[in-house]
Formats: sequence, structure tokens, C-alpha cells
Amino acid sequence: MNNKDLLNLIDITVSFEGFLALNKLNLNLKKGELRAVIGPNGAGKTTFLDVITGKVKPTKGEVIFKGKSLVGRKEHKIARLGVGRKFQSPRIFENLTVKENLEISVTTPKSPLNLINKSIKDEQVNEIKRLMKIVNLAQKVDSKAGSLSHGQKQWLEIAMLVGQKPDLMLVDEPVAGLTDEETDLTADLLKSLSGENTVVVIDHDMEFIRRLDSNVSVLNQGTVLCEGTMETIQKDKKVIDVYLGRPED
Amino acid sequence: MSLNKIKFDKKIVLSFWIILIALIIAAPTLLPVFRLNLLGRYLSLSIVALGVDLIWGYTGLLSLGQGIFFALGGYCAAMYLQITSSSEFPNNIPEFFALYGVEKLPFFWEPFRSPIFTFFAIWIIPALVSGLIGFLVFRNRIKGVYFSILTQASLLVFFNFFNGQQKLINGTNGLKTDVTQLFGKMVGSESMQRMFFWVTAILVIAAWFFAKWVVKGRFGNILIGIRDDEPRVRFTGYNPVIFKTIIFSIAGGLAGISGALYTVQSGIVSPQFMTVPFSIEMVIWVAVGGRGTLLGAILGAVFINYAKSLVSEALPASWMFIQGGLFILVVTALPEGVLGWIQGDGPRNLLQRFGLKRKIETYPSLEVNNKEGNNE
Repeated sequence: MNNKDLLNLIDITVSFEGFLALNKLNLNLKKGELRAVIGPNGAGKTTFLDVITGKVKPTKGEVIFKGKSLVGRKEHKIARLGVGRKFQSPRIFENLTVKENLEISVTTPKSPLNLINKSIKDEQVNEIKRLMKIVNLAQKVDSKAGSLSHGQKQWLEIAMLVGQKPDLMLVDEPVAGLTDEETDLTADLLKSLSGENTVVVIDHDMEFIRRLDSNVSVLNQGTVLCEGTMETIQKDKKVIDVYLGRPED
Repeated sequence: MSLNKIKFDKKIVLSFWIILIALIIAAPTLLPVFRLNLLGRYLSLSIVALGVDLIWGYTGLLSLGQGIFFALGGYCAAMYLQITSSSEFPNNIPEFFALYGVEKLPFFWEPFRSPIFTFFAIWIIPALVSGLIGFLVFRNRIKGVYFSILTQASLLVFFNFFNGQQKLINGTNGLKTDVTQLFGKMVGSESMQRMFFWVTAILVIAAWFFAKWVVKGRFGNILIGIRDDEPRVRFTGYNPVIFKTIIFSIAGGLAGISGALYTVQSGIVSPQFMTVPFSIEMVIWVAVGGRGTLLGAILGAVFINYAKSLVSEALPASWMFIQGGLFILVVTALPEGVLGWIQGDGPRNLLQRFGLKRKIETYPSLEVNNKEGNNE
């Protein structure tokens, strides 16, 4: 463990009635890092996010975030500590407008009293405007989020994630169902977010991961198989065997 | 185009208000006191319906136990009226106690000698009880159909408890209010009933504005967020338990006010307020009127109940079939309720079906694009 680390996962084991979704997983993230996590289906990628965000309690092991243990904390408390999550399929509030969705994410403090008797702060209004520009939704401010296209929903959710100002962003399959052009834009957006923020991206799309140009962790059977740059992992024999497949020559 | 629409809507709203206020002012002189009393009762039921709309229409909590809080409000009001009108009875306690040989007033009756305490108790006691039940249920993440079953079970617990307490609250016979005195007048008298109508009408409007204030803005958006995707709300850093407890408590408080107004206008409160069908009917009023519209809840409660009394006078025993049919109609054809249907595309779609209105030929968004093109 290192002082510069934002997040340490230490020997995390998650057992669902005997099935080990995660098996002694160890992973460390530095502040400002952009990290891609890949792995075949069932490797435990989503469970890994569930453990960090408090949805699943690990059977064994420890999650240390900013020097504090996250194990046993409620989801909303973990979110307030600075862990934000984007879900696999876009999860936005479809019956609210784009603006209302963003208001929910940028509002602080997130207490009922603050919400009911105070109006939204000016800086938060400006933040919403900035976010809408970044994700190209400025013209859709007052549209119901449910009426957006799939790609716009993905982006709205990313904007909501950024609006939360988390120290750690967990992004699950942000480019699923996006066009090539949208995928490229999303990769650039995520790259621009790292540095100031720490970002973990989970995806299958190898082209997209390559574009992120980041360190990659390969998960398999609930444990980290290999870590390194895209080039290193592409040459790793174990990774080739389980995931990438052998070159055809 | 959109500008015209807004103006049109404003005119509708304004004329709606004028008609409403005119009706409220005219009703006491136009209607015979019997009808006026019925209207007053149904208006008071619309307050509990507003609460159901807040928790079900906005927050997605289908409670089948609002009768508990409705009855609690009614009992608070009735206890005050009974205790302050008991000076001519033995031991200066309400008449019914003599039937069971009770000579000393049970301790929890004492504070109801005070009108101020009663004024607050009518809404605070139901709000506290519902807040407590809600907190325990929500904290354990019980939701959906399990929540509905649990609220109905609680209703039965309260119903059976109240039914069995003859020596405390006259059990299954309930507490009568129509022969009691308030401000030196008999509660059941014509002049008092007229006054209660006014009070009810004003409180319905106040409750409506209060509910609108609650759901307006970010607080209301969180409620809708909880209804549509509760885990997402959690991962955004909000604690849904607190929000759900608050709104359930508000609905309980509204139910209490509603129950108190209903009691003084119907002349009695009894455990019958806590029967299973009555609490389900509250949900039907909101479903028919329109979930998540607030106004729909008020209209649903008043119109369905008025229809019930008119139909029952003309064709006794047929009302249950009509109510069942109405519910089936709403579930199958108008899932948004009548008001939701009107506010949505319902009327236009209907006119189109009969060829009375032209269909929209392109995507509505193209209009927006054209407008931008013109601007450039």
C-alpha cells in the first residue's frame, strides 16, 4: 500500500453460495490514473464495481478508499465519500428532463431539507450548463431524458457522473451500443477527465480500450490475471489464452 | 405555436379557478344541506387521496393501509368533542364509559381536553405513526408488493385492536360526534355543517398547494427518481430511506386531517374507517383520477364518491359492479387515469381515430429543426 494510492482492494473474495465471483482480487489505483479493466464474461468485472460501491459486501478482504475502509458502508455514504458509478445500460431518470437529471447529480448537500427549502446554487447552475455543453446536450435541456437516443443517454449518464464530482469514477461499458464516432468522442472525454479524476473503465471493446491508452487490468475467474499497458498484455501468454485468442497466423 | 399553447393553458387554469371558487361560494346556498354535507365529506376524502398520490403516484409506494392514519385523525377529533361535551354525564366522562362500568377516564384521553393539543394531534399523531411504520419498513428495504402487503397487514392489526377496546374507545361502536358541542353549538346542526363545508373546501385547496409545493423542484424529482430507479438515487449519494419516510409521514398527516374532517361531517368515527376495502378504494380514486397529477386525486375522490351515492340511491347494490368496471377500464384503457389521459395525447388520438383531426405527419422534432433553420 502506498500513500499516493486512492483505492486499494486487498484480497477481495465474494462468494455467492459457494460460487466465487471474486477470488482474492488485489488491485491498487493511483490518484489521477485512468485504468481499463477487461475480461471475458463472468470474470467478475461488474461484481468488482459492486464491491467498491457497496452494493455487494465482500465475503473476505478489505476495500480502502482515501485511507478509509468502505466495507459495510451504505451505498449513499460511499457515493458521498467520492465514488461515482455509471451503469452498464444507461440508468438515467427517464421521466425527468435532462436538466433535472443533472440537478440531481450536482446538488450538494444531498439532504431533504436542502432540497425542499433552498433553490439551486448559482455555481451549480453554471456547472450544469458546462456539463451540457461538454456532452452536446445543450439543446435538449428541457426534453425528457427518456426521449433521448441511446448515445445521448450514455452521455447524459456520464455527465451526471462528472457532476457528482467524484474522486473515483467507475464507468461500466460506456460505449455499448454507440456508433464509432460516438465511441471515439467518449474515449476522448474519459481521457480528458483522468488526471484530475481517477477513472476506472470496464469494457469489452478492444479498439476503445486501445484508444484510452491507459494501463489495463485483465480479470479472469475473479482475480487479476495480468496488469500493464495494452502492448504488454497483448503479448502475455495467459491473457492470449483466456481472452484475446491466438493470432491466426 | 408553443407560445399560444401556454396562453391557452393559462386561460384554462384561470377559468378553472374562477369556476371552482364560484362553486364553493355557491354550494352552501344552492345545495340542500343533505347534499352539501355529502359534498363536504367527499371533499375531505380528497385530502387523503392527495396523500396517496404523493406516496404512490410520485414515489411509487402503494400503501393499502392509509385507513390507519385516516382513522387516527378521526379518533383525535372525536375524543376532543366527546370529552368537552361530557359535563352532564356521570363522573364527567363520555356517556359510553358507563356501559362498561368505567369510572375513571383512561389516561390518554386527558390531553384531548385541550383544543390546542387536539388541533395538532389530528395531523401530528398520524404523521408520527406513519413515519415510524415507514422508517422501519423502508430501512429494511422492503418494497413493491411486500410493502403493500405489510401496510394492509398493519391496517388489520389496527382494525382488530380498535374493535376490541370497548373500555378505552367504545370498540366496534365507535365515537359519535353529531350530538356533541363545539363552540356552544351542536356539531350535527345545519349551521355547523355549513361551516365544516367551508373549512373543508379551504383545507382541500391548502392541501393541494402544499402537495404541489412538495413535489415541485428537486425534492419532487428525487421522489420520482426513487419511484423509477431507487438504486440509482442511492448511488448518486441520496438516502432514499429518509425521503420515503418523510413523504409517507406527510401522507399520514394528510390522511389524519382528512379523517378528522370526515368524522365531524359524518357524525361518527369507528373502526369501520380501517376496513380493507375502504383503503383500497382510496387507491382506486387516485388510479381513476390520474396518478402523479394531484388534481386527479381530488377529482377522482369527489366524483367517484358522488357517483357512488347517486348510483346507490337509484340502483341499490349496483355500485360495486360500476366501481369494479371503472377500475378495469382505467387499468386496461387509461393507465394514466382520466386526467393523465387528458393531459397526454389521449384526446387527440381519439379524435384522430374518428377522423376528426389530422394525424401528425412527421416526427414532432422536425418542427423544432425547421424553426432553427428559419432563425439562421
